[in-house]
Amino acid sequence: MSHRSADPIRDLSVEALARVEGEGAMRVRLRGEEVEDIALSIYEPPRFFEGMLVGRRMEEPPDITARICGICPVAYQMSACRAIEDACGVAIDPPLRELRRLMYCGEWIESHALHIYLLHAPDFLGYHSALELSRDHKELVQQALALRRAGTDLVTAIGGRATHPVNVRLGGFHRLPDRDALAALRPQLERARDQAAETVRLVAGFTMPDLAIDHAFVSLAEPGRYPIDAGRLVSSTGLDVPVQEFEEHLIEEQVARSTAFHARLAGHDGAILVGPLARYALARDELSPTARELADEVGLPPVVTNPYQSIVVRAIEVVEACVEALAILEAYEQPDRAHVPVPPRAGIGYGATEAPRGILLHRYEIDADGLITAARIVPPTAQNQRAVEDDLYDFVAAHAHLDDEGLRWQLEQAIRNYDPCISCATHFLDLTVERR
Amino acid sequence: MAITRPALAVWKFASCDGCQLQVLSLEEQLLTLAEVVDVAYFLEASSATARGPYDVSLVEGSITTPEDEERIHEIRAASRTLIAIGACATAGGIQALRNFAAVDELAEAVYPHPEQLAVLEESTPVSAHVEVEYELQGCPVDRHQVLEALSALLQGRRPNIPSHSVCVECKRRGLVCVMVAHGEPCLGPVTNAGCGALCPSFHRGCYGCFGPAETTNTGSLVAWLRHEQGLGPAEVVRWLRTYNAGARRFAEESRRHEPSQR
Repeated sequence: MSHRSADPIRDLSVEALARVEGEGAMRVRLRGEEVEDIALSIYEPPRFFEGMLVGRRMEEPPDITARICGICPVAYQMSACRAIEDACGVAIDPPLRELRRLMYCGEWIESHALHIYLLHAPDFLGYHSALELSRDHKELVQQALALRRAGTDLVTAIGGRATHPVNVRLGGFHRLPDRDALAALRPQLERARDQAAETVRLVAGFTMPDLAIDHAFVSLAEPGRYPIDAGRLVSSTGLDVPVQEFEEHLIEEQVARSTAFHARLAGHDGAILVGPLARYALARDELSPTARELADEVGLPPVVTNPYQSIVVRAIEVVEACVEALAILEAYEQPDRAHVPVPPRAGIGYGATEAPRGILLHRYEIDADGLITAARIVPPTAQNQRAVEDDLYDFVAAHAHLDDEGLRWQLEQAIRNYDPCISCATHFLDLTVERR
Repeated sequence: MAITRPALAVWKFASCDGCQLQVLSLEEQLLTLAEVVDVAYFLEASSATARGPYDVSLVEGSITTPEDEERIHEIRAASRTLIAIGACATAGGIQALRNFAAVDELAEAVYPHPEQLAVLEESTPVSAHVEVEYELQGCPVDRHQVLEALSALLQGRRPNIPSHSVCVECKRRGLVCVMVAHGEPCLGPVTNAGCGALCPSFHRGCYGCFGPAETTNTGSLVAWLRHEQGLGPAEVVRWLRTYNAGARRFAEESRRHEPSQR
């Protein structure tokens, strides 16, 4: 479309985007139907975690960094533990790793169920909230809450509470969970698995706009297992390196409009995308037969490029997390000890796990006394920010004919596809559309 | 039925969203609550927003930026009752660690262009800026306490929120004292109840996430930690300075043990 300078500027503003975690703004400037500028600006107040961690003891990041995000504290605890154990050259006992993965499955179920039903589904069904939805479809919302509850109960059984669990420590856990309490979770998880399968069928039937994205997918990868609690750093552009090399490959830059950083891959100009779409594209073969068959049943392609379909992939991942949790419980044998010793050692350590929203990287430098001398945290939403902006640019360009109200509604929906967690990236959305 | 339901609003300042999540985690009870109150503003849960005034505002998060300092006054002016929920809103949160350091140094340690940020020197609780009717402590806040506070307001009575220490909860559960039996440092004797003595039940000392209890003697516990358990001054300062570092009792006691370098 030609540039028509005589066209008036349209200024659209949604003061705050709802149903996302954290605070941010979306600013759009249109001249006629042409997009002049678009920026996802994150105004969550900075809390300086990385600076606050300096001088703290190495045992503290699992509890302190959990406070970055109330939605995915387990992810922070797990990445922090892995990074510090890496610095100290400690590998935990395999049964303890299984227990950590089991707890992590709980957070995936809880966080994804929250996003699918309470934050995202109301968009597709034409409601402002799950509370509104519950007036017309009470049973559906009750089922959603039961599904989420399976996740929070699992995290609580192992971690003591679902938000900022208290039982995770370097080397493993403070106390091993009660065997009977774990066994008691199985019937609930079996129901959750079946409910998650129904969720896949439900959300796959939602009407979705056509949109195709083309970003480099980045996730963790581990042979034989769907990436959750560990793995190498891999991408659709051929990257395959240990997590310890992430800084050479993942470049972060500060931009003026945001308190979060922007990320890209070294040697690759385009944006990157982490999270459910990336994991599914790169590790579909590692899904359990149950999850894979469901993906086939609803016609989900091996690589999903329509971000609206992320709700379907998230549902597939809830099935996977239930199946995986049940498998771990099936094979569970009480570990010999609650934790392995982690003696301090001067050095640098790296840890990465798959938070529900994508890769969460931690890096710590520790001195010989176990004091932290430097810390770095790269949350998933920061890695996705550029991809979100690029996609929204295309989206606005295709929908510029809509009136302000219509465009604002659709844009907010589009942003929720990425399940942005702005508390993590520092880091909620206020949407401004400026039309020239 | 043209009875007007009371309007509830939930607000967020600098925080992790974890306390709002406890409101969502009321689940069935939230659905019941939504039948008797009008959830007029709860951005994390709903894109529908109604203008004030609000009968009850729940506020999560601490005040850390000039804009937020203005916003909390606007929310106060629009709210009949204001309840601060969680460690950030009642004590400044983990981000109040900056109150003991130079904020520009922290900003430089984290951001290459700190000049692009506009932040206040200190992270402060809501009560440092406006009048607050009730404070619910905890990192995160206990959802049953949130429900009790809202139920009490609906029924026109005072909320029944415990003000005794975690130590009392621990004894009531019949847990073995981690400090006496295992020599673990524990803030349970001076920390407000609300968690159900969670950490001791996992064989670890309480780390004070519910903040100081009203009628306890922090100095006496710290003297015990130092002299009976051999913690050094830096360790004691670290114990007192976490999620409720800015709470008066913990902050004052921690300053007494601070190495004199600052």
